[in-house]
Amino acid sequence: MSTQRDQLDQLENEAIHIFREVVGELERPVVLFSGGKDSVVLLHLAAKAFWPGRIPFPVMHVDTGHNFPEVLEFRDRTVARLGLRLVVASVQDYIDDGRLAERADGTRNPLQTVPLLDGIVENRFDAVFGGARRDEEKARAKERVVSLRDEFGAWDPRNQRPELWNLYNPRHRPGEHVRVFPLSNWTELDIWRYIERENIELPSLYYAHEREVFQRSGMLLAVGPHSQPGEKDVIERRVVRYRTVGDMSCTGAVASQAASVAAVIAEVASTTITERGATRADDRISEAAMEDRKKEGYF
Amino acid sequence: MSQIPLPTRTIAGPTGLLRLATAGSVDDGKSTLVGRLLHDSKNVLADQWDAVERVSRERGFTGADLALLTDGLRAEREQGITIDVAYRYFSTGTRNFVLADCPGHVQYTRNTVTGASTSDVIIVLIDVRTGVVEQTRRHLAVAALLRVPHVIVVVNKIDLVNHDRGRFAEVDAQVRQFCDGLGIHQVHTLPVSALNGDNVVEKSDNTSWYEGPSLLELLGTLEPAITDADAPFRFSVQYVLRPQSAAIDQAHVEYRGLAGRVESGTVRPGDEVVVLPSGRRTRIAGIDTATAELESAGAGQSVALRLADDLDVARGDVVAGAEEPPEAVREVDAMVCWLAEVPLRSRQRVLFKHGSRTVPAIVTDLHGRLELSTLEPETADAFDLNDIGRISIRLSQPVPVEDYGKSRSGGSFILIDPQSGGTLAAGMAKLEKNGSGVAVPKLTIEWEI
Repeated sequence: MSTQRDQLDQLENEAIHIFREVVGELERPVVLFSGGKDSVVLLHLAAKAFWPGRIPFPVMHVDTGHNFPEVLEFRDRTVARLGLRLVVASVQDYIDDGRLAERADGTRNPLQTVPLLDGIVENRFDAVFGGARRDEEKARAKERVVSLRDEFGAWDPRNQRPELWNLYNPRHRPGEHVRVFPLSNWTELDIWRYIERENIELPSLYYAHEREVFQRSGMLLAVGPHSQPGEKDVIERRVVRYRTVGDMSCTGAVASQAASVAAVIAEVASTTITERGATRADDRISEAAMEDRKKEGYF
Repeated sequence: MSQIPLPTRTIAGPTGLLRLATAGSVDDGKSTLVGRLLHDSKNVLADQWDAVERVSRERGFTGADLALLTDGLRAEREQGITIDVAYRYFSTGTRNFVLADCPGHVQYTRNTVTGASTSDVIIVLIDVRTGVVEQTRRHLAVAALLRVPHVIVVVNKIDLVNHDRGRFAEVDAQVRQFCDGLGIHQVHTLPVSALNGDNVVEKSDNTSWYEGPSLLELLGTLEPAITDADAPFRFSVQYVLRPQSAAIDQAHVEYRGLAGRVESGTVRPGDEVVVLPSGRRTRIAGIDTATAELESAGAGQSVALRLADDLDVARGDVVAGAEEPPEAVREVDAMVCWLAEVPLRSRQRVLFKHGSRTVPAIVTDLHGRLELSTLEPETADAFDLNDIGRISIRLSQPVPVEDYGKSRSGGSFILIDPQSGGTLAAGMAKLEKNGSGVAVPKLTIEWEI
């Protein structure tokens, strides 16, 4: 057990160091906050980094409009508890006024890029903290901790800055910004062990609960306003939980009895499928789905 | 495991996080080795493996192409090469590993330096058929220059020479001779077939003449970079915490603390310290984290220090133990790895980042470039991408730079392009006059001009 504790301490120290370094060098940071477990841990670490002051920057939520209601409620409560300013970049607004068109499959995760980039420009944010982890996905495995984005928000994986020792370099030209990933070296299991150790509250849907679901492409989708079953789909009541939260129309639940953090840790430790493979329809589109979205400026 | 000739400090074997970097030339089979390590140590999940098998079939491979596990970018898979450093996480139950997979073409030194700078172990791959080549020399020189604590040379594709003991011995001798010249006196060499899995996770019957451990067994015995609790105390100030009206509660409105990280050594309340570059002395009044007040803090810990006196301290300052404080200097001699497309020339203006301080600087002299085939210096008017050489730098303000041989954190710096903000070079300071008789392991590449 001491090994795990040492490792969590190591990861926590590293993340706090990254937060302080970037906030020390840049003018207008922001942290992306969706209410998902990684962004909750990220915010917890930011609060530790600047204790006993409040977190010295706002949070931004790129809102697909396809939210789980309990996650939105959790978002607002967390932001209020920490005394932070919330900036919402709304995909729905873009669809309503015609700047974005709804996709044929109805999912909205890929539509988040434009509101995100516009939100960064409008607020003149120069550092955007995100909760992405390198263990999530192959394109993310290539990401630096501090990663330069040009004025189009684009990531150029072939021309990344070398990142040496712990000497992070967030400098950039006007119009450019950096994405910063303090959780780069955390795994899904580290996140859960840290949530347990720090007693961090999460939206309730991360734990086993009963819900009306239907099967689609091998995933269990919740019945809700943004994810309607087709005529042939069979609706069943199952005990499920979510491994990731996002657009309700393409984020699947997994059958699980894990109702506590300890039970989730046991489940994650013995799982045979990655969290994105299990629950994200949008990452299954092609081998390079994430890379393509990242190059366009997605988180 | 008992036959492994390694200085292990604990009977049970080391635990905790070990950071690895891999380096090899194109076609040495590095991605295959990493894929094999992940697969055979059961760190590949079912959906990842399904994807590899599916794509391998589509490409017409007879078996699963293990390189697909790590080559994540579209261009990498299309061209069958690795483009950028990829980070992998795997676990053996007793130990967790972070692996920086550093590709071996075009920007090879840049990638290897990036991976090696934070690593405890570097794994250099060699094709047994070609033996030591220029890239191998370059990778080993980087390992020596950055003082990576453990060097492993994997002699790969042993299956293609029929697992021949004699050929392995020849390559092993080449490696040891070159490493001796670099001052790397402990190097582990292993005969491996990444393709077939020989000596990666399990010892192989095909190389029954080989008495050492498998790669994974070996990794299980290595100690992380030593963080010496008795080293002199150093702390980089990153941010001054003065919450005032933004305090989380009324009790902390007047709080004033220095947020930063202990770079080396240990600090306790009551310790006498000196703040650099001002040179003011004071005592540590308290050490805080968000959850507790600490009785001591050691290397790597992110904390907030309260000082006994209300000194003017800002981001970029260094708090050091009063007994052996570093000297703030304006002139720095250093080895650099040049990492930019635009060449370095004498009189070039740069930014110099050391710890949390960034100051304007001028590169005053290029003393010479390291010729890797001979390990001799040669004169150069400019350093090009991937060159390793020695320079002098003048700083606009004094900075407490230390010798890299004494302290990785105190001696490392980066050079930054003042216009674009891009990172130009990795630097390792070399301070003779401040050495005060401490023996630095001899490195041929630290030549004298």
